[in-house]
Amino acid sequence: MSAALFFDVALCLLLLAVALAAVVGRDIFGSIVFFITYGILVAIAWIRLEAVDVALAEAAIGAGLTGALLVGTWRRLRRGRAEDLPGRPDDPQDPLPATLHRRCTGVLCLVLTGGLGWAILNLPEASTGLIPEVSANLETTGVSNAVTGVLLGFRAFDTLLESIVIAVALVAVWALTAEGLWGASPGLRQHAKRDGVLATFGRILPPIGLVIAVYLVWAGSTLPGGAFQAGTVAGAVLLLTAMAGHGEPPAVTDPRLRLAVVAGPLVFLAIGITGAFFGSFLALPPAWSKTLITLIEVVLSGSIAVTLAYMVLGVPREPEHRRSRS
Amino acid sequence: MSDAGVAHWLVYALAGAGIIGVGLYGFLTRRHLLRRVIAFNVIGSGIFILFGATGYRDADLGADPVPQALIITGVVVAISLTALAAALIARQAEEAGAALLPEDEEPPHGRKG
Repeated sequence: MSAALFFDVALCLLLLAVALAAVVGRDIFGSIVFFITYGILVAIAWIRLEAVDVALAEAAIGAGLTGALLVGTWRRLRRGRAEDLPGRPDDPQDPLPATLHRRCTGVLCLVLTGGLGWAILNLPEASTGLIPEVSANLETTGVSNAVTGVLLGFRAFDTLLESIVIAVALVAVWALTAEGLWGASPGLRQHAKRDGVLATFGRILPPIGLVIAVYLVWAGSTLPGGAFQAGTVAGAVLLLTAMAGHGEPPAVTDPRLRLAVVAGPLVFLAIGITGAFFGSFLALPPAWSKTLITLIEVVLSGSIAVTLAYMVLGVPREPEHRRSRS
Repeated sequence: MSDAGVAHWLVYALAGAGIIGVGLYGFLTRRHLLRRVIAFNVIGSGIFILFGATGYRDADLGADPVPQALIITGVVVAISLTALAAALIARQAEEAGAALLPEDEEPPHGRKG
């Protein structure tokens, strides 16, 4: 067994063990921590699969933002005393005990994994997939990062719909606001100690994060990176600033905020419709392609940053103790 | 194509299949809704790994960019759904007092005797 293969096998076993710990861990907070660990390990796996763009997205979104979202929700549930529950207890009306239920479920899941494994082992001989088609036509998009070319050139329709999906998801989250709280600032009020770790990092990290975000969106046309990775990093900067107490996030009724959320999809759609007059919908003229893709990416990453940050902040909630500190 | 290259993607594809099974087990056996959301994310991640690994079957050609682009789209959609699910769970817990679905509540006691 070569060293590389040994690393792959060890990483995959670790992934499976951490995934299991995240799913069946003893308490919910432990599960969340294991899930964040899992996200970072998956990012390493993506680098081993030479998918650096996916690794960046997974580290920023899968481990980072999802982790922050889960911890925030856990805190909210704890405040409402909706804490962890033991597994399903025995139901006197059900002849099968709960342990037997669980074991049968486990066997069925093993069968599913076995079936998938069988299908993988019986795949037809390696094909080249869509690699030749992409590399033959990449020149027309003007970008040299093939993933960005696919996202904003060949499969632009998917990406347009996706940018609309995240805006709609944010509207759906806002729709769950409790009565009477509409218009308040979103998220729990944070109690960061002055000059504590969080407040200090809240001052040190945002400039670094913003530089990384700008680099990721700018480099995205030639190197790994792009609107989604950059938007997530910038969103994390916004979140950190709000969490460290360095500024109240604008209320959800603020028109500037709403404009920021829809700007990305709107610019994307406008460029797509303009393309319809010259060729077909979303078809970018090769001469202008790189400029237009960069324009879409810059505006889109701003919208993604604001949308993801507000998704993690959540619905507007009652201020705790009516701002007792000030 | 070298032998190590074949095994390389295969290891990750099989791990993806295993992760899907692990996630599904958690999704079916856990009652707390936040745990189910974690399990849902684990299943999704397993599917992405399986998909991404099968897009990397020839190490000399490199990774297929089309699955990569679709996976990035999937990761972003997954966090949108997770955020919506988290908001729904928090609201359900506020209304009902527990982060559970009604059919998963404690079975009525005292029917044994």
